[in-house]
Amino acid sequence: MSERNRPPVYLDYHATTPCDPRVLDEMIPWFTQKFGNPASLTHAFGREAEAAVERARAQLAALIGAEPREIVFTSGATEANNLAVKGAAHFHRAFGKDHVVTLATEHKCVLESCRVLAAEGFRVTVLPVEHSGLVDLERLEAALDERTSLVSVMAAHNEVGVLQPVGEIARLCRARSILFHTDGAQAVGKIPVDVTEWGVDLLSISGHKMYGPKGVGALYVRRRPRARIAPLFDGGGQERGLRSGTLPTPLIVGIGAAAAVAEAEMVAEADRLLGLRRRFLAGIRALVPDAVLNGDPERRLPGNLNLSFPGIAAPDLMAACPTLALSSGSACTAAEVEPSYVLRALGLGDALAAASIRIGLGRFTIAEEVDFAIDALAGAVGRLRAGRVTSDPVGAK
Amino acid sequence: MTDPRATYLDWNATAPVLPEVAAAMAEALARCGNPSSVHRWGRATRRAVEEARLDVAALVGAAPQDILFTSGGTEANQTALRGFDRRVLVSAIEHDSVRAVPGATVIPVTGDGQVDLGALDRMLAAETRPALVSIMLANNETGVIQPVAEAARIAKKHGALFHSDAVQAAGRLPLSTAALGADLLTLSAHKIGGPQGVGALVVRPDLDLAPLIAGGGQERGRRAGTENVAGIVGFGIAARQAARHIDNQARIARLRDEAERRLLALAPDAQVFGAPVPRVANTLCLSMPRVPAATQIMALDLAGVMVSAGAACSSGKLRRSPVLEAMGVAEADADCAIRISLGWSTEAADIDHLVEAWGALYQRTRAKAA
Repeated sequence: MSERNRPPVYLDYHATTPCDPRVLDEMIPWFTQKFGNPASLTHAFGREAEAAVERARAQLAALIGAEPREIVFTSGATEANNLAVKGAAHFHRAFGKDHVVTLATEHKCVLESCRVLAAEGFRVTVLPVEHSGLVDLERLEAALDERTSLVSVMAAHNEVGVLQPVGEIARLCRARSILFHTDGAQAVGKIPVDVTEWGVDLLSISGHKMYGPKGVGALYVRRRPRARIAPLFDGGGQERGLRSGTLPTPLIVGIGAAAAVAEAEMVAEADRLLGLRRRFLAGIRALVPDAVLNGDPERRLPGNLNLSFPGIAAPDLMAACPTLALSSGSACTAAEVEPSYVLRALGLGDALAAASIRIGLGRFTIAEEVDFAIDALAGAVGRLRAGRVTSDPVGAK
Repeated sequence: MTDPRATYLDWNATAPVLPEVAAAMAEALARCGNPSSVHRWGRATRRAVEEARLDVAALVGAAPQDILFTSGGTEANQTALRGFDRRVLVSAIEHDSVRAVPGATVIPVTGDGQVDLGALDRMLAAETRPALVSIMLANNETGVIQPVAEAARIAKKHGALFHSDAVQAAGRLPLSTAALGADLLTLSAHKIGGPQGVGALVVRPDLDLAPLIAGGGQERGRRAGTENVAGIVGFGIAARQAARHIDNQARIARLRDEAERRLLALAPDAQVFGAPVPRVANTLCLSMPRVPAATQIMALDLAGVMVSAGAACSSGKLRRSPVLEAMGVAEADADCAIRISLGWSTEAADIDHLVEAWGALYQRTRAKAA
């Protein structure tokens, strides 16, 4: 098949994942036929919706080793992160705790929540990371004090895919009665997550990063020992007062179904994706020997690669590969021209950071697409280096 | 024997998604892409979101850039009321998500369930700090339409910002932020045939709103988080259908009035709340004296008729309606009030079913009492 006629290849599974058709099938009846408000417990349609919500809650809880009542549904991981970070800080301020610790490489919504807290008078420590993208545990421990209420560290990174030592961080926190929040948006459904084994107190989950719908997520809130947080906003008092607003039954059914599929298939799929990732990296290295892999080479999500091609600006490379969906970093900041703050935190110079692209492989990626992408990328690198490229105005936006 | 009919008369709690909305959403859900991504998948979803924004803006006569998509009415209300460093005044009959603002001052209502404009004027005159007033357009329990345009004029006179929760009015009354004089307006998709999990706050463009959810730069920096693309697409289609729904209101009003007439004929001691003042066409709040709302609702549920006692939020537990309480309704009467709410697919047979089931209960209780 010529490149021109080939269907485009989606390699941006960190930005969003397609909704699995099995998930979609489960959601559809809840829009038109079984449409009750799950809070309307006084009639049949309401109770039917409530039962569906509770089933989904149990499915999601099972995926992370939690109890159903530890799951608080939100509109997504961004809201869950806001709820965890601001909610923990606000609740514990009354107990003389006014200090929050996070990493320079966290998702924008965690860093922005911390910035809001700092403006409110909280002390915020933003720690640097190692060149591998991993946290320095000694440095983290040294940052904790008796007034620290919360540590927030992402489980699996959205740009460089690195897997932080969440269990170790949790132990440091637990010993000091500090709450530990982890943004699990990229981890849950991709790698085994067990909140008990990890010892986390708060964990954010996203529907659309695990083949469920957009517009729904959850925050795991530990019950024993109880993680106390304040709600982000108030209203009808749904979700035990932690998150008001009508529960969107079809979306919740969707995230539950996505969790069930992930629980059944995750381990085998992670293995398959690891194989594809190795194939991808080997293929690129064979054709572009100076390509740099950013982030720890082993401790990373099976479907993640973050590569720098020295001397080639990421937007030019993406424009030269219009049949590939790639990104130069988080989708939330995709429109920004600045190089990724994450890569700079890993110690990359501006030039190398600006030359990096993020590749996300996922459930529907096949080996043939990987091979095609290797050729397309390596070919584009060669053309750009030879100065023989006309950038595609559509791809460049 | 259980009645095979299922009659849904709780449209103010939530409504089924319109068939054309469901079709559009199924298509949107099957497409992959994050609207913030710059590649073709991302750009296609961005176009879908922006198209829907035009439709929602048209519903209220606003500009598309004034529309801020949220996860629903509750988040929109809370964004409006917590977004400014201002003294907040809310009417006594607001939805929980408005009344739940910490430190809000409560504006009283009349016995008919309309906000007391004289009181609003006096309260604002006495206020020393910049204020924000929130008064809903149509009440969720009684359906009573509030004098929002007048209230907005009073607010403006005192230099206060004005917000209106139009969740129960959209699709039932023509809406125009300019005609209402509202600086901020809340909408919810699932009350107009769109999906649950999406709503909007209409924001006057020059207002500097502090976001409730911080993070990426979505929604012009006022609401972070990946957009609920399919939900927003569904909201847009529902907004586009709203004009047709407003044409349908006369038919719904006839059904509601017929229900009211027949129930009162069966039970002359029943009381309708908010009857003397204008109400949205679909809502009827009435009491069956000396029969607790819980008993009525259970009997109706067994007969296959789904109604409610007030708002559907919180724990699903029955509580005395704060709306009726604010109207000065005696506790004994408020405890016997139920809410019946109609929608686009309600038919005459549904009203027959309601009248039959409610009438049978009335006869039983009155026979027992005799």
